[in-house]
Amino acid sequence: MSILAAETHNPLIPPWGEIIIGLIAFGLVFLVFARFVAPRFEQVFRARREAIEGGIERAEAMQAEAKAALDQYRAQLAEARTEAAQIRDQARAEGQQILEELRAQAQEESARIIARGEEQLAASRQQVVNELRGEIGVLAVDLAGRVVGESLEDSARRSGTVDRFLDQLEGMAAGSPDGRTARGGATGSSVYVQGDR
Amino acid sequence: MTSSALALGSVFAAEGGGDGFQAPGLGEFYPEPIATFSLFGIPFEITRITIILWIATLAILAFLIAAVRKPQIVPGKLQFVGESGYSLVRDGIARDVVGPKGLPFAPFLASLFFFILANNVMAIIPFAQISPMSKFAFPLVLALICWVIYIWIGIREQGAGSYFKDILFLPGVPKPMYILVTPIEILQNFIVRPFTLAVRLFANMFAGHMLLVVFSLGAVYLFSRFGENFSWVFGPVSVLMAIVMTFFELLVIFLQAYVFTVLMGTYLNGSIEAEH
Repeated sequence: MSILAAETHNPLIPPWGEIIIGLIAFGLVFLVFARFVAPRFEQVFRARREAIEGGIERAEAMQAEAKAALDQYRAQLAEARTEAAQIRDQARAEGQQILEELRAQAQEESARIIARGEEQLAASRQQVVNELRGEIGVLAVDLAGRVVGESLEDSARRSGTVDRFLDQLEGMAAGSPDGRTARGGATGSSVYVQGDR
Repeated sequence: MTSSALALGSVFAAEGGGDGFQAPGLGEFYPEPIATFSLFGIPFEITRITIILWIATLAILAFLIAAVRKPQIVPGKLQFVGESGYSLVRDGIARDVVGPKGLPFAPFLASLFFFILANNVMAIIPFAQISPMSKFAFPLVLALICWVIYIWIGIREQGAGSYFKDILFLPGVPKPMYILVTPIEILQNFIVRPFTLAVRLFANMFAGHMLLVVFSLGAVYLFSRFGENFSWVFGPVSVLMAIVMTFFELLVIFLQAYVFTVLMGTYLNGSIEAEH
């Protein structure tokens, strides 16, 4: 039966009925696909792309934000550094100034103290000299009187011998500062010369 | 009762008659009509092949609608399969082959791909086991639709004058050569293209079906004559070949659906972008 059918058909000559059925079937698929299926797929693709791009955009925004924060922080750090350097320089200069002021003040003070000490020393020396002068005179006259055996006080007082001697002695001491002359003189004179040094 | 089963009947009939193996013929593709009617003077036959066509059409529609019923950003299994198919055509053909203006053609190309694929798959679905695409009418319909569309798009995109002028007189060809080139180009663009498009798909499915049927019926025949003339060797070989050819057919099914769509993509590309 099938062999019989084969003889009556040419497979390359299609019957119109099949062409129309094929047209309708494909038309149906195309209609449903174009109207319903493809838009939904496109919608899904778009949603997916947006989800991905949205994620990327968010990440980019965050990155930019982080970068801005970092820049700001760096700027602040640099600012703080220059400020610190300025403060340090200023402090150093101020310290220098204070040091110099203090040094000047101390020098002044020490000079003052030295001056006062010298003054005091001079005054006390003068005092000692005056006291010694009186005492040495009395002692020497007393000693000489005892040696001689009579009182020389009055004549010594009258003639001013002691004073003249002492002045002479003083003059000699001034002439030779190493105090060689004091050797033959009174002990008081030697003490005086040492004190003068 | 399938047409192959009818052929099987004739195998046994031949056996009974001692006539040897009757190879299945063209009758495979002309099964007995279940019903016939006439509409506007055009005869319609409802055969098992047209029923298979409708089953394939409705199955692919059901699959696609199910795939996009609840579209989600993270796709489910069904949506993923549907999306993969659509992406293959949309990105691989509409965008990459047709060109930058190709995306609007994605639904058309994808419906071509899915329609052909669904019909081709019927070639190896048990009990159907014949692709409607092995009936020349169906590939021809698709090829004619493609033919109309790529010419129409060519006119729309380039203007009728420019489009036909570019086809008739290829730019950059020496003038005397037009005697040779112009007839070839006319033949190529308006006759050969749709014809080859249709015949390629039809012949592949036709030959595939014939191979499967010959090996299957051959196996049945050889086992019925077990022990005679080395049939105990060739019977198993025939079964094995039927199985191998089924897998080969699976490859052809996908390949032909894809090739048809890709070729339509290149034709559309030629129509959209000024040729050469």
